Amino acid sequence: MAEAALQQTATDARLASLTLPTGGWSEAARADALSRVKSMGLPHRRDEYWKYTRPDTLTQADVISAAVFDEGTPIFNDIDSLKIVFVDGVFDEAASDDLSLEGVSIERLATSLADIHWARDLYGVLETRGQTPVQRPLATLNTAFATDGVLLHVTGKVSKPINLQYQHKSECSDAFLHHVIRVDAGAEVTLLEAGPAAARFNKVMEVDIADTGVFHHVRAQGRDHERRAATHIFARLGQESTFKSFTLTKNGVMTRNECVIELTGDDAIAHVAGACVGDGDFHHDDTVFITHDAVNCESRQVFKKVLRNGATGVFQGKILVKPGAQKTDGYQISQSLLLDDDSQFLAKPELEIYADDVACSHGSTSGAIDETALFYLRSRGVPQDQATDLLTLAFLAEAVDEIEDEELRTEIVDRLSGWLERHRN
Amino acid sequence: MLSIKNLSVKLEEEDKQILKGVDLEIEAGKVHAIMGPNGSGKSTLSYVLSGKDGYEVTDGSAYLEGEDVLEMEPEERAAAGLFLAFQYPVEIPGVGNMTFLRTAVNAQRKARGEEEMSAADFLKAIRAKAKELKVDADMLKRPVNVGFSGGEKKRNEILQMAMLEPKMCILDETDSGLDVDAMKLVAEGVNALRSEGRGFLVITHYQRLLDHIKPDVVHIMADGKIVKTGGPDLALEVEHNGYAGILSEVA
Ligand SMILES: Nc1ncnc2c1ncn2[C@@H]1O[C@H](COP(=O)(O)OP(=O)(O)OP(=O)(O)O)[C@@H](O)[C@H]1O
Ligand SMILES: [Mg+2]
Repeated sequence: MAEAALQQTATDARLASLTLPTGGWSEAARADALSRVKSMGLPHRRDEYWKYTRPDTLTQADVISAAVFDEGTPIFNDIDSLKIVFVDGVFDEAASDDLSLEGVSIERLATSLADIHWARDLYGVLETRGQTPVQRPLATLNTAFATDGVLLHVTGKVSKPINLQYQHKSECSDAFLHHVIRVDAGAEVTLLEAGPAAARFNKVMEVDIADTGVFHHVRAQGRDHERRAATHIFARLGQESTFKSFTLTKNGVMTRNECVIELTGDDAIAHVAGACVGDGDFHHDDTVFITHDAVNCESRQVFKKVLRNGATGVFQGKILVKPGAQKTDGYQISQSLLLDDDSQFLAKPELEIYADDVACSHGSTSGAIDETALFYLRSRGVPQDQATDLLTLAFLAEAVDEIEDEELRTEIVDRLSGWLERHRN
Repeated sequence: MLSIKNLSVKLEEEDKQILKGVDLEIEAGKVHAIMGPNGSGKSTLSYVLSGKDGYEVTDGSAYLEGEDVLEMEPEERAAAGLFLAFQYPVEIPGVGNMTFLRTAVNAQRKARGEEEMSAADFLKAIRAKAKELKVDADMLKRPVNVGFSGGEKKRNEILQMAMLEPKMCILDETDSGLDVDAMKLVAEGVNALRSEGRGFLVITHYQRLLDHIKPDVVHIMADGKIVKTGGPDLALEVEHNGYAGILSEVA
């Protein structure tokens, strides 16, 4: 069979395995998404955009079972926050806090069924904008079939983070969550996401930030190793607004995190960062696309990967500067620390610039532990393992330091140290 | 304290013999100086003693208070009391100077079965020692040696030595890159540590450091061997006449 026909068959099989939710304000967007995904087809192994990551386990009809993993105390658990718990993609009311907090209205996708809703202007809308120039069919699939998610309308400075806690309790769960966030002018919120979500997890988050709005996002994926996840963030930034997102990923045989950001208002700031640590058959892919479409905006992409025992890390990052987006300040760095010869890092950094007064830089490196530094530390009495961990954390620091909040940063560093201690030669 | 016998070392990767039978006996409480032409093997000796990779010991031995140093991992040598102030201190981006030193102090204590130093005690000790060496608070917070000037790096080495309180201190050209005042500070730092139970091996090219740190014994190293040993006067002779006379005399 020809490749196109194979893809068609695979897409049909996947769509046949799912049920389209009906009713309410999202119905039209879902119907539209279904027809879009049908015409796009799901990603397949010949897709240029999936050159380094095999999409089959993310797209096939059957979910591959993943051992249930109890992480112990979830990260961010001790941070004063409003907890919203999803178990295998299903809202757990008993485990969640009351969904009320000053400065934000919190609703759920599954239960907001009115015909008119603010989220209608965003649901599938930012996702659709993010389909050009590169298609992201898994996100469209999510728009059509998402069963739940949170709808956050942020109207003021929210006093504590909203904490989405994901748990994985069923070996064959196949979860779709779709979150929609609108940050009003002058409003500010921090969103936390953590935990193993399901055997297979498809998640989309659409974030619309009005002028001067501020959105902080800190996410921790892991430590369940067998999970498979495809996540997308679509963000649109207004004038003088701020978007900062950091992701920690520990373990995972298949993770593809895409982040698509549009800077549409002047003087906006977008930072995306990621630190991941993987061992063995770990496969982690960060795919980022940042479009500068306004004057004097700043964007930063900082991605660091620690890979060992044959682990694979992928980075595809692009900065697109549209005509007229003068004074753009774009920075992109992707680096891997390979702790042995078997691991590999595949990177495709790209710049596409149509304005003349811009400062953009990008760099990608792959290296081993600095033996000279290691010897220096050991010569002062620091044992080899501990010295290696210190240097590894130092390597990750540029990404971790993107987290502004010190308490959150400390939690992330603690978890990273724990992982490094558990994964030694 | 440190007993080196017929130490012979070649490069691991190349067939190049660098140390050709070094004999040195450094007693507790004494300061020994080594001088010698560039490339004679002084730094190599210090690296081999502290356990750097890339060298192969072909013959001889080195014992620190009766323990076979060459059999130990670098961190074990440090815990046993050996310290090398590097000729070229290493920059380590991302690792804070304080974090590094506290980790080192406590790792050594742990290895020796001693109690770890509390954060408060550590802070008190390092502040006092940093002040004596004119290492400012900013340098303590910055990543190890990153952006330090040449002289600041050397002072940072001596600060580490002061905090770790080793038994056997090897200083490899700690005077190079120091201005006159910094040289005095460093010398004072070293002299403050001079004690009955501690040995020093000071590698230098210049008499001026030895004006401040008065050596008990001076050795001349050439082509991988100690070719002459004498008192403080030997350093003065080198200062005035260079190595030509000494080398032809022993040839
Ligand atoms: N890793 C190495 N690879 C190649 N050559 C080396 C290596 N290490 C040492 N050497 C060589 O060994 C010899 C001794 O070097 P070493 O650095 O010990 O000299 P030194 O006495 O400290 O010199 P200086 O006074 O210039 O510091 C030199 O010829 C040097 O080039
Ligand atoms: Mg030297």
